[in-house]
Amino acid sequence: MSLVDISGLTVRLGGQTVLQDVDFSIEPGEIVTVVGPNGSGKSTLLRAIIGAVQPVAGQVRRQRGLRIGYVPQRLHIDRTLPLTVRRFLALPSGVAEAEMTAALAEAGAGDLASRQMAGLSGGQFQRVMLARALLSKPDLLILDEATQGLDQPGSASFYRQIERVRAHLGCAVLMVSHELHVVMAASDRVICLNGHVCCQGAPEQVASAPEYRALFGTGTQGALALYRHEHSHSHDSSPGHDHDHGRGAAE
Amino acid sequence: MSLLDSFLVRAVLAGLGVALAAAPLGCFVVWRRMAYFGDATAHASILGVALALAMSISVFAGALAVALAMATTVSALSGRGYAVDTLLGVLAHSSLAFGLVAVSFLQGVRIDLMAYLFGDILAVDRTDLALIWVGAILVLALIRWRWSALLTATLNPDLAYAGGIDPRREQMVLTVALALVVAAAIKVVGALLIAALLLIPAAAARPFATTPERMAMIAALLGGVSACAGLWLSYRFDTPTGPTIVCTAAGLFALSNLAGLVARPRA
Repeated sequence: MSLVDISGLTVRLGGQTVLQDVDFSIEPGEIVTVVGPNGSGKSTLLRAIIGAVQPVAGQVRRQRGLRIGYVPQRLHIDRTLPLTVRRFLALPSGVAEAEMTAALAEAGAGDLASRQMAGLSGGQFQRVMLARALLSKPDLLILDEATQGLDQPGSASFYRQIERVRAHLGCAVLMVSHELHVVMAASDRVICLNGHVCCQGAPEQVASAPEYRALFGTGTQGALALYRHEHSHSHDSSPGHDHDHGRGAAE
Repeated sequence: MSLLDSFLVRAVLAGLGVALAAAPLGCFVVWRRMAYFGDATAHASILGVALALAMSISVFAGALAVALAMATTVSALSGRGYAVDTLLGVLAHSSLAFGLVAVSFLQGVRIDLMAYLFGDILAVDRTDLALIWVGAILVLALIRWRWSALLTATLNPDLAYAGGIDPRREQMVLTVALALVVAAAIKVVGALLIAALLLIPAAAARPFATTPERMAMIAALLGGVSACAGLWLSYRFDTPTGPTIVCTAAGLFALSNLAGLVARPRA
């Protein structure tokens, strides 16, 4: 059965309908990316899945005993809060040292355990967040624009880490992203969201869908051309995203 | 008997009790950037004092009830179009004003308003002392019980949800604890200085702390030292006690930041 099964989900926030009649499900081991313009309800969909927002209609069914690892959009840790990476990982319920070391290593943050959270760089911080999400041995890893604020090599390296984690742990991955050219190639399925599901399918299908072009295409011919151009090349090569970009620009 | 007969011993014990309870709570106030929340709750408690005197119930109960009502109102109203600091400003100053007006209607009751604004730790009696310590122990037990959940909710509400914690419930726990401390402390340092006793020791503890737990413990220590040293200074130089305690805490804050600068230039 699906890990998460959503039907007819409608969410209203502050008097505005953010999500309208959304159907969605994710299977074990799948990588699903949600794309959509600002304010299209991407984060709200994720927050509905973890139970942070209540729907006004429809329902969110999670598999019994589903373990979710969640990496939020941006986490500002106030400098007034002294917090080592080790202590942060042990919140809220305490973790054995060995598990913590393993999770940090898995996330590519093996040497950060005794650093202060507020002193980490953006990339280090996201790896620690990933380690934290992995501690729960998730069946489903949820990433909400996890690479926001990272530069392009940083994002690419972070996504490669995610792919390694997925290959190793076999968990499903659900992520939200703006960085279409980086993310879409790595996904099994892409969902284009704009308050409702506009279109979904394999990355190359969505990239050429008229609904997707209507959302991302009009008025930005130059940028869209670049994206489409890359997609037409990226799915026949291994996911070396930076190289795709370089090649795309050179052609 | 014996020991507690001395007003100075009672004052020291009262100060220590408040400092102890205020320390971990003050840390959350600092971390969550809700400095004005403490202020507002404290100002509102003046209205509670006035109502308590009008209805001849205990000042503690009156202050607690109004502080709770105030804190709940702010929690409920926040996120509905006004910034929290605006809401706090409206509620804090108006409840202080309503409190002062209400006090003026109290015929025949002679109350020393100054005592509630600035506190009178030297007048603490055994009942007050018992209330302060029961309140302090309740608050400490509550905070200790919810510690991890509170920390997680402070970091990020969504992280809390994902971990099966309801951040709104944790906010309520903090709110109740804050109201308890304010109600217990109003006699010791007074409504105007409670927020100072919450904030300053916690802020002073920051340069020395590497974990949240340590910050709370250092804050408790600094708060206790401020209470004792402040009492002694006020006795020695015949200065108002509540303000002297806060001045001592402020001195410690300055010292700790200097020490922090010297010890860890990178901080």
